Amino acid sequence: MIAPGAARPRSRPRFSGLAWRRARWGYVFIAPWVIGFLAFTAFPMIATLAFTFSNINLNQAEPLQFVGLRNYQTLASDQRTWDSLAVTLKFAVLALPVGVCLPFVVALLLHSRHLRGSGAFRVLFFLPYVVPFVAGVFVWQGMLSADTGWVNGLLKFLGISHPPDWLQDPTWIYPGLVIMGLWGIGGGMIIYLAGLKGIPSDLYEAAKIDGAGAFATLRHITIPMMSPVIFFTIVLGVVDVLQYFLVPLVLKNGTGEPGGSTNFFNLYLYQNFFTFQNMSYGATLAWLLFAISLVLTLLLFRSARHWVYYAGEAR
Amino acid sequence: MAHVTAADLEDLTARPRLFGRRRAGTTGSRPPRERGDRTRSFVLTLLAVVGLALFLSPMLRSVVYAVKSTDQITQAGTPLWPADPVTFAYQGKELPLLVVPLPDGTIRQLALFEPGRKSSMFVDPAAPDAAPIAWQGSWRTLDQIWQFAPHWENFAKVWDLIDYPRLLFNTLAIAVISTIGTLLSCTLVAYGFARFKFPGRNLLFTLLIATIFLPTAVTIIPTYTIFQKLGWVGTWLPLLIPTFFANAYDVFLMRQYFMTIPTEMDEAAAIDGAGPFRTLISVILPQAWPVVIAVAIFHLVYAWNDFFGPLIYLSSDPDIQTIALGLQRFNGVHYRDPGLIQAGTLMTLIIPVIAFLFTQRFFTRGIVITGVEK
Repeated sequence: MIAPGAARPRSRPRFSGLAWRRARWGYVFIAPWVIGFLAFTAFPMIATLAFTFSNINLNQAEPLQFVGLRNYQTLASDQRTWDSLAVTLKFAVLALPVGVCLPFVVALLLHSRHLRGSGAFRVLFFLPYVVPFVAGVFVWQGMLSADTGWVNGLLKFLGISHPPDWLQDPTWIYPGLVIMGLWGIGGGMIIYLAGLKGIPSDLYEAAKIDGAGAFATLRHITIPMMSPVIFFTIVLGVVDVLQYFLVPLVLKNGTGEPGGSTNFFNLYLYQNFFTFQNMSYGATLAWLLFAISLVLTLLLFRSARHWVYYAGEAR
Repeated sequence: MAHVTAADLEDLTARPRLFGRRRAGTTGSRPPRERGDRTRSFVLTLLAVVGLALFLSPMLRSVVYAVKSTDQITQAGTPLWPADPVTFAYQGKELPLLVVPLPDGTIRQLALFEPGRKSSMFVDPAAPDAAPIAWQGSWRTLDQIWQFAPHWENFAKVWDLIDYPRLLFNTLAIAVISTIGTLLSCTLVAYGFARFKFPGRNLLFTLLIATIFLPTAVTIIPTYTIFQKLGWVGTWLPLLIPTFFANAYDVFLMRQYFMTIPTEMDEAAAIDGAGPFRTLISVILPQAWPVVIAVAIFHLVYAWNDFFGPLIYLSSDPDIQTIALGLQRFNGVHYRDPGLIQAGTLMTLIIPVIAFLFTQRFFTRGIVITGVEK
């Protein structure tokens, strides 16, 4: 773990003598993470990659061997994989904009100088964030029930005579799951609020002097100043939504009901691991997921140059 | 997305400088409040109240269902609030009271004595000894009379059906031990990254942050296999041991905070002969307790709510499971009884919710730290 003190300073002259003693302490302090990273991240990742070229599985009926690209061939021809990926993407298209925008809107509302009692609102809007998600699923399952749910009760009251059966309909299940996810907005909301607090007030004063209205101020000051936080939320949101499966797992017991609409990619992946015990194919799916996340993250970082404004850079 | 260039913003910020109103480093304040916008204030606050009511209404529904009787839940046309039908004791039987419009135009509350499809016999509770009153029509079209009656027994039933104290103890023990692990390891690692210069520091820190974006699936199988080979599956160890090796989120939070603490005191301590450990304990930590508390609370919530870890490592043995897992198992057995499920659900969420309400100011403080960007 501790780099050799004699060899390195030649290439890095700024580390010598006392500095090296300090550097060694640095390595000592970060050692827990380095060890954990090697044991719980680096090694398992490489092992997972190696699994994709093997026939490893939990009961290992046939002898363990190198199978080349066989798992990748299976992947290419496995309709269930692509169907499950489509399910995840369908959900992502709906869930991601809501997950990024709604906390922002609520944060704007809570940050508004016109809102009375914003402290209490802040606490109460954040509150459901601490509710264990399993509990949240059961609360919302009742809330969205076709006959006894209050959502449909309200819709009927508003004059919609045939409100959807949110959790039993293969199309309405996606908005249903998005609604179920609303209790998680607290996390994003509070990060946005911290960002909003950090915007220098003289920018708003300047906008006022220029005669900018509320919308112009939002578009030309708040959103650009918040763009790093929005960017951060989008990147984390993408990585999270690609892995989404726990809520439908609890809700539908992993059956994929109704009509296969909750066969999320990650559910299929974990079924390969734990139900079918086909570790090599599961590993292949895991690396596919990793590759997709990586590509999307890199694309986002690339796009960031065009729309994310870092206040520090301009000075 | 908004195309606002830095130049635009420079333009905006330059203007107040002309008027000499720019105060250096003025951040953290809201735009000043002005008089005369009561209407806006009212509209916005009303909007927030309505939004909040919708947002929290599922919680209210959960409470209402938890205290409804099974009869009320399974019957159609019952009130929204928990209630029992009002009955009248007659000849050793409990008869339901109905609102009956009589042929003479009066509407009376009568007890259903002999229900029939076309006509029914009713008893007048005011005069039970009088002859029963015959009424033509289907009694099912009549409104029943209800009285407010919360049924608390669902909670007692849940308490009997699952080993609630056991689940609570397991959850708390796992949460507390893993929080201790997280605090110890993340403090050390964050201190290492914040205060020491060493070759490869930036690369390692980038690597640390990159692990946030790594899907769990890509590491879970070998990790699971190792834990299984060690005989740890079916014990708490897979949930506890990794927390002693730090995690990216909390290291990042703590490092950001440590970096805001001036180094002068570190140096003074070093001159007094304090080693790096001594400096951490007696100089850094006393100034960093807000972030320590924030990380502790966030990790407690995380551990309390974690589902996937307990699901894959603790499924075999109900005695070592956490409350989240216990609730899911409970639902698998009693899903036909919504009142019971909602009672169990409330018993699962009540402790985090109360704990949050008591510590909410630490949450907001912790979150302000979260917001600090690189």
